[in-house]
Amino acid sequence: MVTKEDVKYIAALSRLTVPENELEKFTEQFNQILDYADKLQKLDTKGIEPTANVLPVSNVFREDVALPGVSHEDALKNAPAEHNGGFKVPRVLE
Amino acid sequence: MNLFELTAHEAHEKLVKKEVSSVELTKALFDRIDKVEKDVRAYVTLDRENALAQAKKVDDLLAAGKAVPALAGVPGAIKDNISTLGLRTTCSSKILENFIPIYDAHVIANLRKDETIFLGKTNLDEFAMGSTTETSYFGASHNPWKLDCVPGGSSGGSAAAIAAGEAVWTLGSDTGGSIRQPASFCGCVGLKPTYGRVSRYGCVAFASSLDQIGPITRDVTDAALVLNTICGKDVHDATSLDVEVPDFTKALVADVKGMKIGLPKEYFSEGVDPKVKDCVMAAAKKFEEMGATIVDISLPHTEYAVTTYYIIAPAEASANLARFDGVRYGHRNMEAASAPEMTAISRTEGFGAEVRRRIMLGTYVLSSGYYDAYYNKAMQVRTLIRRDFEDAFKKVDVILTPTCPVTTFSYSDKMDPLSIYMLDVSTIPVNMAGLPGISVPCGFVDGKPVGLQLIGKVLDENSILRAAFTYEQATDFHKQFAPLGGNK
Repeated sequence: MVTKEDVKYIAALSRLTVPENELEKFTEQFNQILDYADKLQKLDTKGIEPTANVLPVSNVFREDVALPGVSHEDALKNAPAEHNGGFKVPRVLE
Repeated sequence: MNLFELTAHEAHEKLVKKEVSSVELTKALFDRIDKVEKDVRAYVTLDRENALAQAKKVDDLLAAGKAVPALAGVPGAIKDNISTLGLRTTCSSKILENFIPIYDAHVIANLRKDETIFLGKTNLDEFAMGSTTETSYFGASHNPWKLDCVPGGSSGGSAAAIAAGEAVWTLGSDTGGSIRQPASFCGCVGLKPTYGRVSRYGCVAFASSLDQIGPITRDVTDAALVLNTICGKDVHDATSLDVEVPDFTKALVADVKGMKIGLPKEYFSEGVDPKVKDCVMAAAKKFEEMGATIVDISLPHTEYAVTTYYIIAPAEASANLARFDGVRYGHRNMEAASAPEMTAISRTEGFGAEVRRRIMLGTYVLSSGYYDAYYNKAMQVRTLIRRDFEDAFKKVDVILTPTCPVTTFSYSDKMDPLSIYMLDVSTIPVNMAGLPGISVPCGFVDGKPVGLQLIGKVLDENSILRAAFTYEQATDFHKQFAPLGGNK
């Protein structure tokens, strides 16, 4: 059972906040989905390999040569704020 | 016949025979858009100027006697989660409301090489998370068959545009059914290729191990034509497969004699609308009459697929959507006092409720203490689902199911998230196993389209195209046009 406090903590880990007026409904829906997810627990999966990628592709290599990348100008095109050719953000440290 | 009703292959023929110019065709499409878009709302962004300039270019090529590829000068539309250089790409989210991509997706680069035309970008559920387009920040699209009903989703704008005559062909993306389900709701053809057939480079990532781009079109031939252009290995996507891309139009042979078609009993259970079931069973009978053998099969882990998906997809989404931090692009709250606060407030303001719900669910199932119980368990069950298909394909060539257990419904404000998730019960297992699947119109229930789904072996798009083409040639469901009726 996930509590409202748990939901607030998960939100913080997700870099989100849950508005107070949504918290109750969000917690209820979260529990509903997790209850449903518990369905998997009745399946015996001992010794079953997990599938991360369905096709047998691993370690795809290419020659170590430089290819054209994103230009400085392009990289800044969608910046919400910039300063001296960099992305400007509010202070990070107190 | 109206120009906006043409298929891509019919349009190509008319262009080459000089019966119509690409500029005339493109203008006809924009006229149609101007007439019906207020009721359908298939598009997020239109690009008239560039579309008409490109049409002029193709007309010049044709006038100079140049041979042109099948999609040259034929106007299409692109789901708005696929990156288009210089043309706004929003994912139907507030967080990307003003985002102008600085590069083309691999599929877009390929389509440009073929001199095709992009009319604009189509609506979707925000970040492709939904089955109705209702989670779009710009509002839901409407189903051209019944305007008070949903077009399905998440590629609902692409499917609605085809059904309403607002595009000749479109691209969608499919993570758990997002191409096939709206195609079925809107009476179109929708094909999800084998995982790795098409590069995901430039398709804004939702669940990377499941996402795949594919066509939504008026008929099976057009699906094969679009597939011919978008498939192939790309250095920018390590999961794109280095395998030969066949000419998919060669698979368009109207003959299923000797083909073994499996009917999995789990896909016809009590959750399926009996009238939908009747349509699909009638299609099975039709296949039998045409010389195919129908084989009863079982995919025993089907009942776990939706649960497994709603652990794996949010887990991957929570990681993929971490990039939206308000720093380099996208919505930023300008009042925040510190960088961490800026990120949290910008994300909370920028993402809608369903996206936030899935990010949090994904964060939870990946968090320490729950990883094994949820995420790892789901990855193991995914193996069982994959093995079900491997076993089935020892007995059959393709598998036939309903695309969706129901037909379109009116706006689902009152539905809880779980009921909406259950709409994907027939399409999700196909993504879990990385297989190709196609939805083809197979009837109507109370004026609402029904789709059948054909599932193929890994990299065997040819068999599902052939079966779908054979069925299409023997029926006329795909030839009917949406009436744009119903209460708006």
